Amino acid sequence: MASPNLGIREHSHGAGEIPISRLDVHGSFDPQSFPVPTGREEEWRFTPLRRLRGLHDGRTIADGVVGVEIQAPGEVRVERVDRDDPRVGASFLPNDRVSALAWDSFPQFGQANVITVPKGTEAGAPVFVKATGTTHGDAYGHLVVRAEPQSSATVVLEYAGSAVYADNVEFVVEDGASLTVVSLQDWDRDAVHVSHQFATVGRDARFRSFVVTLGGDLVRLSPSVRYVGTGGDAELHGLYYTGKGQHHEHRSLIDHNESNTRSRVEYKGALSGEDAHAVWIGDVIIGEGTSGTDSYEHNRNLVLTDGTRVDSVPNLEIFTGEVEGAGHASASGRLDDIHLFYLQSRGIPADEARRLVIRGFFQELINRIEVAELRERIMAEVEEKLASHE
Amino acid sequence: MTKFEIRGVRADVLIGAEEREEILKGVDLTINSGETHAIMGPNGSGKSTLAYAIAGHPKYEITAGEVLLDGENVLEMSVDERARAGLFLAMQYPVEVPGVSMSNFLRSSVTAVRGEAPKLRAFSKELQQAMGGLAIDSSFAARGVNEGFSGGEKKRHEILQLELLKPKIAILDETDSGLDVDALKVVSAGINRARETNDVGVMLITHYTRILNYVRPDYVHVFAGGRIAESGGPELADRLESEGYERFVKAGAGQ
Repeated sequence: MASPNLGIREHSHGAGEIPISRLDVHGSFDPQSFPVPTGREEEWRFTPLRRLRGLHDGRTIADGVVGVEIQAPGEVRVERVDRDDPRVGASFLPNDRVSALAWDSFPQFGQANVITVPKGTEAGAPVFVKATGTTHGDAYGHLVVRAEPQSSATVVLEYAGSAVYADNVEFVVEDGASLTVVSLQDWDRDAVHVSHQFATVGRDARFRSFVVTLGGDLVRLSPSVRYVGTGGDAELHGLYYTGKGQHHEHRSLIDHNESNTRSRVEYKGALSGEDAHAVWIGDVIIGEGTSGTDSYEHNRNLVLTDGTRVDSVPNLEIFTGEVEGAGHASASGRLDDIHLFYLQSRGIPADEARRLVIRGFFQELINRIEVAELRERIMAEVEEKLASHE
Repeated sequence: MTKFEIRGVRADVLIGAEEREEILKGVDLTINSGETHAIMGPNGSGKSTLAYAIAGHPKYEITAGEVLLDGENVLEMSVDERARAGLFLAMQYPVEVPGVSMSNFLRSSVTAVRGEAPKLRAFSKELQQAMGGLAIDSSFAARGVNEGFSGGEKKRHEILQLELLKPKIAILDETDSGLDVDALKVVSAGINRARETNDVGVMLITHYTRILNYVRPDYVHVFAGGRIAESGGPELADRLESEGYERFVKAGAGQ
């Protein structure tokens, strides 16, 4: 499969070579480069393949319908282009079979959406991208967001309705630009979504991502960051509320392949109900020959009932001695006794103290989102899920 | 008129699932409203354990004795019931509760203790005034409970709660530790306001005599080896200031 791609080699570690890291083994636009997963592979072992409804083997009956609507302020350019447009597929290589299949299949569903924030432009309002599944079947999409040098913008991706959907999203944050993305997975209860979000962060550029996953039967979202200049800064914030029978999987990869780059990953989730399953994989690579990397990743899970399952796996691979800071933490547990004690010691009854602490757990992260109307909406939806739990 | 009685209290700290250690070895103390009792003693003597055990902290368990507030058995009450009955503990290390805003927390707490929700406008005025009295910037109301506060800011907020909740008995656990002189004066003034306006009975736990220059105690007790080793008037504090705790440490170690 020929496709424009800049700066990335396909199969960067060929036969006979020892891969630098297993996190970075190969990439390809050709689905045939990736065997059909069996569930025994490291990157698939937490995902219930049966519930992917064929997204991983590539049946591509393509009988689903997902409509994408984009609302943007005048200074931001929105285009629909074919896959051979040089801006499409320029910043990434699919790194698993579903991503490659989505690349292969999306032209059957129409064109790729390209959103451009022109050089030096500060978008006056957020860009809203709303993907709505209207017919439940498999469907594929592709989105490119380019923040040109010294520009700044906030983009809100919203997934809703019912679908079996795989998509690739490219965020290209050019030198000195600042891009904030809120990705809200608010699917109907029967939806399946496998998404790859590839961020490329330029020199002194800033990328902030907020991933909020509440809906769906199965959501598997893989945000990745690589740097193409020094001084880049990436923050990935995540929030999920995994209810009865839901599978929410977030797999972040930060590749500190340039010097003096910074990353923060903080994902927080709550689980309640029988067979609620949350997975967080946090991969960080600090590349050979780099210096001045500052990286920290953190996952917290609040377990509200019995019968839930959390898999939380931080992986940190360092190939240099010149690191400014690198750390990871993971903690899963029930409500903190000491938090409850403090509130109760001020007269607040136990059940109310519990409610305050649970809401606080979410509120803390939601408060970081700068779009006020989104903060309120997300909190309202969390409230709704909490009400069904309590 | 409130009478708060601690009678023969023994308590363990729970270290692990199986492990525990007895810290309090028979404490007797009676505090009436309007009285201020300073509890002084060397580190590790059990002063903080006494405070936490009375408040119902999950890491401590009272194994013998009783604690009565106007004849009611405090130990049969849940933590929140104790607070609603009129007991207050200002903690040495106030807890950070991320995401719960200070104003939301204070309103919930005042509502619970007073038994009805205060009128929004009246409460926000009351809150502003109380914060002003403790030189707390109004921006703190929007922040998470104790989240990222400095040691001094946390202590001011403990006294803010003392003033808002108007308890019958207040246990102040090393409220003076980590405060510079200016902050100590502000915090002491808050304690004195609570004493004057609400006739609160105070158990003032401290390692140093410094705060006693601002909050004058009626009684001073020396705590050592898990019990009260000596009691007296304010002059006992002066003696401790010059002699130190050495003779009590020796006595405690000899048990």
